[in-house]
Amino acid sequence: MVEEEGFRRYVAHFILWIGIAIVAFPVYIAIIASTQDNALIANGQMSLLPGGHFFETYYQTIFVGTSGSTREPVGNMMLNSLVMALAIAIGKIAISIISAYAIVYFRFPFRMPIFWIIFITLMLPVEVRIYPTYKIVADLHMLDSYAGLALPLIASATATLLFRQFFMTVPDELLEASRIDGAGPLRFFWDTLLPLSRTNMAALFVILFILGWNQYLWPLLITTRDDMQTIQVGIRKMITTTDALTEWPIVMATAVLAMLPPVFVVVAMQKLFVRGLVETEK
Amino acid sequence: MQKQAIFQSKLLPYALVAPQLAIVLIFFYWPALQAVIQSFLLQDAFGLSTTFVWFENYVELFRDPAYFEAIVRTFLFSFAIAVSSLSFALLLAVMADKPLRGSMLYRTLLIWPYAVAPPVVGVLWIFMLHPSLGVLSRYLRAVGIDWNPLLDGDQAAALIILAAAWKQISYNFLFFLAGLQAIPKSVFEAAAIDGARPMRRFWTVTFPLLSPTIFFLLVVNIVYAFFDTFGIIDTMTRGGPGTSTVTLVYKVYSDGLLGGNLGSSAAQSVILMVMVIVLTGIQFRFVERKVTY
Repeated sequence: MVEEEGFRRYVAHFILWIGIAIVAFPVYIAIIASTQDNALIANGQMSLLPGGHFFETYYQTIFVGTSGSTREPVGNMMLNSLVMALAIAIGKIAISIISAYAIVYFRFPFRMPIFWIIFITLMLPVEVRIYPTYKIVADLHMLDSYAGLALPLIASATATLLFRQFFMTVPDELLEASRIDGAGPLRFFWDTLLPLSRTNMAALFVILFILGWNQYLWPLLITTRDDMQTIQVGIRKMITTTDALTEWPIVMATAVLAMLPPVFVVVAMQKLFVRGLVETEK
Repeated sequence: MQKQAIFQSKLLPYALVAPQLAIVLIFFYWPALQAVIQSFLLQDAFGLSTTFVWFENYVELFRDPAYFEAIVRTFLFSFAIAVSSLSFALLLAVMADKPLRGSMLYRTLLIWPYAVAPPVVGVLWIFMLHPSLGVLSRYLRAVGIDWNPLLDGDQAAALIILAAAWKQISYNFLFFLAGLQAIPKSVFEAAAIDGARPMRRFWTVTFPLLSPTIFFLLVVNIVYAFFDTFGIIDTMTRGGPGTSTVTLVYKVYSDGLLGGNLGSSAAQSVILMVMVIVLTGIQFRFVERKVTY
């Protein structure tokens, strides 16, 4: 091991704490602001210490909503975001794992063209096909619905690639053994392959859940009804252009609530998250 | 590479790929094709008639100084976001890679901003740097800066870059840390025995060995700055003041939604698609090379 003199080690600790402070400061401010009085904040006199409105603000945010531009309670928005995030994460994993299974374990006409058709979608992010996709969802009468929120985002080339990669490393003997046991392709998939893929699926789920929870442009376009709004869209609508009307404590409480689920997932599942991240990028 | 052990079945594999294929064709290829077709069409103001105009939408676009400005602005933003976020993340990763007490805690405290959504990032930063009520604006004014990002375009741009770079630190940090930990420690020991001081060791040993990671992250960061900053821009400035924070993606959105100019918006989408294809291509070339290292 290369020697680390005491002084250098202190410098390292110091730099890391500065990094953490920079990373955490905006969130600290948000939490503080969510406990303070709106009038005080609007005057530009916000203090850097917690105020006394914690319960009041969060109660109003979750169950009542703002009195201005969007009257939807944030609790309902969070529910919409949760449904959307779960549908995207589970949907992506489900359709990717079965298509990867077909591509790896079967020989059939058009196998490679199908693989490439899926692969190329890596290059078509929702941002660049936004209006035509909107039109199709409208034609299918899926505006303002959970299906419309999730389905167009459910295809995943990266998840398919990841499972394909993983299936390639599964030894052939396993398949031969289960064939001797009289298992067909569906049995083998369900009893052998699926249990083996558990950690991959879990790692992917962490990444995809966050991806789904944090979607913004797509729900912004296809939801018009307030009760179908996701929290990311709702928070933007709370910031009115006329400053006087923005209820900043509620906006900040919403920001804190919007951060909680994904940040919790990242911190709690750190190992899986890092694994999933490094793998999906390959 | 092919599997030796496979199943024989005529219909099952098609049934298995069908859901993925259906979604991909309906929600990816069909709209992408529509965008390409639309980009060759000109629609009158009421959407009553359309004419096929070949490349007129594209020609118009490249004649439009506003589009040219958006291209330059997008590249400037991307460059500024990538460089600032990468250099800060590298500094933190190098520190966190040292055998320090509590390094796991440091890691946990540094990676979570990855999970914060772009519009929330926008809301946090606009609140802190709001001209009249922002906590940080007080200090800026105290040191004599006339801070008002809602009126000053350059300040608005700086604000977007700051917020976007902040969010990306954790992602870059993670990949740098993984890259650093993949370098065998014996390399450093050899350099130390040769008498190289820490700074020298970093520039002559660590940095070159880390260059594949740096290049990979550069591409990822550019893609991020192109697309994922939409939520930040939309919550913080909505493209304003004027057009000083309108990037290419924001322009596709605003021209199509607010301007109702579908032909032009579609042509812009197609140009963006070409850019993504090029960037993804570079990324894959690089990943393939890394495998053979």
